[in-house]
Amino acid sequence: MANLVVSQKQCTVNPLKMSQTIGAALAFMGVEGSMPLLHGSQGCTSFGLVLFVRHFREAIPMQTTAMSEVSTVLGGFDNVEQAVVNISNRANPGLIGICTTGVAEIKGDDLNGFLKLIRRGHPELGHIALVDVSTPDFEGAFQDGWAAAVTRMVEELVEAPLHDVRLSSRVNVLPGCHLTPGDIDELRDILEAFGLEPFFLPDLSGSLDGHIPDEFTPTTLGGISLENIRKMGSACWTLALGEQMRGAAITLEHLTGVPYRLFERLTGLAANDELVGFLSQIGGVPVPRRYRRQRSQLIDAMLDGHFYFGGKKVAVAAEPDLLATMVHWLQEMGCEIQAAVTTTSSPLLEHIPTEEVVIGDLEDFELRAAGADLIVTHSHGRQAAERLGIPFFRIGIPVFDRLGAGHQTTVGYRGTRDLIFSVGNLFLAGSHEPTAETWLVPAQNRGTPVSLHVPH
Amino acid sequence: MSDLRAKVLQVLDEPGCATNQAKPTGDRKKGCNKLLAPGAAAGGCAFDGAKIALQPITDVAHLVHGPIACEGNSWDGRGSKSSGSQLYRTSFTTDMTEQDIVFGGEKHLYKAIKEVIEKYNPAAVFVYQTCVPAMIGDDLESVCKAAGKKFGKPVIPVNVPGFVGSKNLGNKLAGEALLDYVIGTEEPEETTPYDINIIGEYNLSGELWQVRPLLDELGIRVLACISGDSKYHEVARSHRARAAMMVCSKAMINVARKMEERYGIPYFEGSFYGIGDVSDSLRKIAQLLVERGAPADLLARTEVVIVREEERAWQRIAPYRPRLLGKRVLLFTGGVKSWSVVAALQEAGLILTGTSVKKSTPGDKERIKELMKDDAHMFDDLKPREMYKMLTEAKADIMLSGGRTQFVALKAKMPWLDINQERHHAYAGYEGMVTLVREIDKALSNPIWEQIRRPAPWENSVMADELSIHIA
Repeated sequence: MANLVVSQKQCTVNPLKMSQTIGAALAFMGVEGSMPLLHGSQGCTSFGLVLFVRHFREAIPMQTTAMSEVSTVLGGFDNVEQAVVNISNRANPGLIGICTTGVAEIKGDDLNGFLKLIRRGHPELGHIALVDVSTPDFEGAFQDGWAAAVTRMVEELVEAPLHDVRLSSRVNVLPGCHLTPGDIDELRDILEAFGLEPFFLPDLSGSLDGHIPDEFTPTTLGGISLENIRKMGSACWTLALGEQMRGAAITLEHLTGVPYRLFERLTGLAANDELVGFLSQIGGVPVPRRYRRQRSQLIDAMLDGHFYFGGKKVAVAAEPDLLATMVHWLQEMGCEIQAAVTTTSSPLLEHIPTEEVVIGDLEDFELRAAGADLIVTHSHGRQAAERLGIPFFRIGIPVFDRLGAGHQTTVGYRGTRDLIFSVGNLFLAGSHEPTAETWLVPAQNRGTPVSLHVPH
Repeated sequence: MSDLRAKVLQVLDEPGCATNQAKPTGDRKKGCNKLLAPGAAAGGCAFDGAKIALQPITDVAHLVHGPIACEGNSWDGRGSKSSGSQLYRTSFTTDMTEQDIVFGGEKHLYKAIKEVIEKYNPAAVFVYQTCVPAMIGDDLESVCKAAGKKFGKPVIPVNVPGFVGSKNLGNKLAGEALLDYVIGTEEPEETTPYDINIIGEYNLSGELWQVRPLLDELGIRVLACISGDSKYHEVARSHRARAAMMVCSKAMINVARKMEERYGIPYFEGSFYGIGDVSDSLRKIAQLLVERGAPADLLARTEVVIVREEERAWQRIAPYRPRLLGKRVLLFTGGVKSWSVVAALQEAGLILTGTSVKKSTPGDKERIKELMKDDAHMFDDLKPREMYKMLTEAKADIMLSGGRTQFVALKAKMPWLDINQERHHAYAGYEGMVTLVREIDKALSNPIWEQIRRPAPWENSVMADELSIHIA
């Protein structure tokens, strides 16, 4: 359906994209007692750290192997070893998630081999899980790194069940990186209401939801425990949320036999009917009253809101899964998609119901967004929105110039309802009052006044 | 790479840096290049430092040659303000792909420079080298030279792959790029006996604008600020200044020293933070200009402004004194800044209960001791966990620090104020100290503290009693 256009420019202007490496780092932050470690120059870590601090407004655990010029040439084994030892001594983590960068990939460091050597040389670190993931920053984008890290965690940490014993209430959930801590909280409530016990991997709702811990900890403050990750093989189903999680879900299925169901998106009436129907079926319970009520509220919000959405032209720039979610939902509300720009390839892109999807940057976006009624992208769109004078709805990572990015909730009936209000209010605020000049006939069409003979 | 190596060694052995000169001969060459500890390091790389130092030049296209991480993960994050062109806020990167890695990135870079010039017509293009192209051997200097010649624009190579060292080193390498390729390449239309350069000031949150009106009133012209709110041509013509001020951070000391060597521009090290420091700096600027031939009445005129503005600042700080009297401050920030604001805090009635001295010289430490009397603590390196403990035990009423420790304070339910480079308020000049005191007052007197420290109704009464003791 959509014609996929790859920007052919030599110079990327105002990037929409961020690197795989930090996408992977964020995935590791959804595990309790975890410390992501970036194998590269210390700038690689510091940029990612600052970005996440600005987005979540939380302390961010992230470390670096601090590669120097010499170690870059000679290979980074010593740096990785020292980093693992130092982190273990200072932070006592349960998991160190090690992500490569361009520097490590070009040098060709065999990270997996390094970890085996470190394991052999440091039996005292036996209790710490070490997971490596290859995330060169000259390939792919943020969501690819996130997906790769989750797949690696499944491969390294999930235990294949000894017997084919499945707990009928246990469900694995693999959320894509476009879901916020607030979204995960909402989904947990929904799943529990159907008598299900969900294990989210990763679970940012425990670590980056902005709560006040009882004690200071240098690692993540919460998230899924390693113990629960190990037990994921005993679930009856895996829900993969977003196309990016298909790979991890398949890996989990191969390893443990747990079947998966992929939900491309969880924003919108039909998408949530699909989810709720499925949960009712696997949970073996009727849809609870609360959700019938919320569905009804969503329908009412659609009725109230559609006046303001209908015919509006919207330009959206986001990573593939978030782009697909927003484009589908905006169209379901009656909007036209004027521009759709994304960061990386995905099998999803050609099915996005719009004429064209551009893999490009925010310059491509700005050129295509002129004249739109609304711009939807992350905070880096602010300069374009200002120049074009178009209302701007912030979504995705990073959102650094508004509060509450971690709690922006767009899943479920209720999340969709609230999204209608947030976006609808932007349309309302941006509507122009007519003046006497609004409907003037174009000058060339105006003839000379005809004088009338008024009979006496 | 060998050119870069030589440059790094030369920059590290900085004769103008007092801290470095105080070290034994052997250590001196190592300069500030502390070996970074893997797994225990914090802070940016050389590229980060160079971008911080040069991006404030507003009418230049800053083009980052590297994979998406270097620019895509970091852009639009620095608070340097512009009174003119906004081009410096537009992000440019070659966004290198695997194909560049295999075939080399030079042609890609050349074409990117061409696109930027054709589309945005910048005064110049600054091209930043990062780790990946450095590793595959892209020759930045040659590409920039060829592009500059072809397109008739200055194309300035800034050779700062992140792995060569820290942010501070990157600041200095950025300075070297200016010295090698920009400064002295153009002539100003006119010069005056009142022309100065300000070096190492980045106009974060518009701080330069808190000082500029004072200089304007005195008839002192900032020929170039390197690099806050500056234009390319101003920097290119800055070699005709009569005197220079190097703003407290030693980040660009090599620029100040080499401009003195090459162009005979005397400089001094000063600060715009703290009322006394601002006055000293104004005085020093006037003195240097008069020594270099400006009419001597500048000195008296400067004193008039100082007296008037100091008085006005103290008068505006005075009303806060009863509100802030006896409140205890923890001050955590790098180097010199620590004590240059202490006088103003004390004047406002605050007590300094502790400060970091990690980046301070022995001289700095002496001065801090003097200012803080006996009841204060100096910390070399306070781990976040210990800091958190101090704060929860209510050994201070407010912490002033950089963003890195923000959440240690906030999670301990402790008022906190950002005084580092990412801050949103401007604290320079006389105006800035009044703002700082006002912000401290706002933070301390906010009604949330009392509410959030109150225990939840379900917490048992013993616990509640303990908490209320802490609050009191």
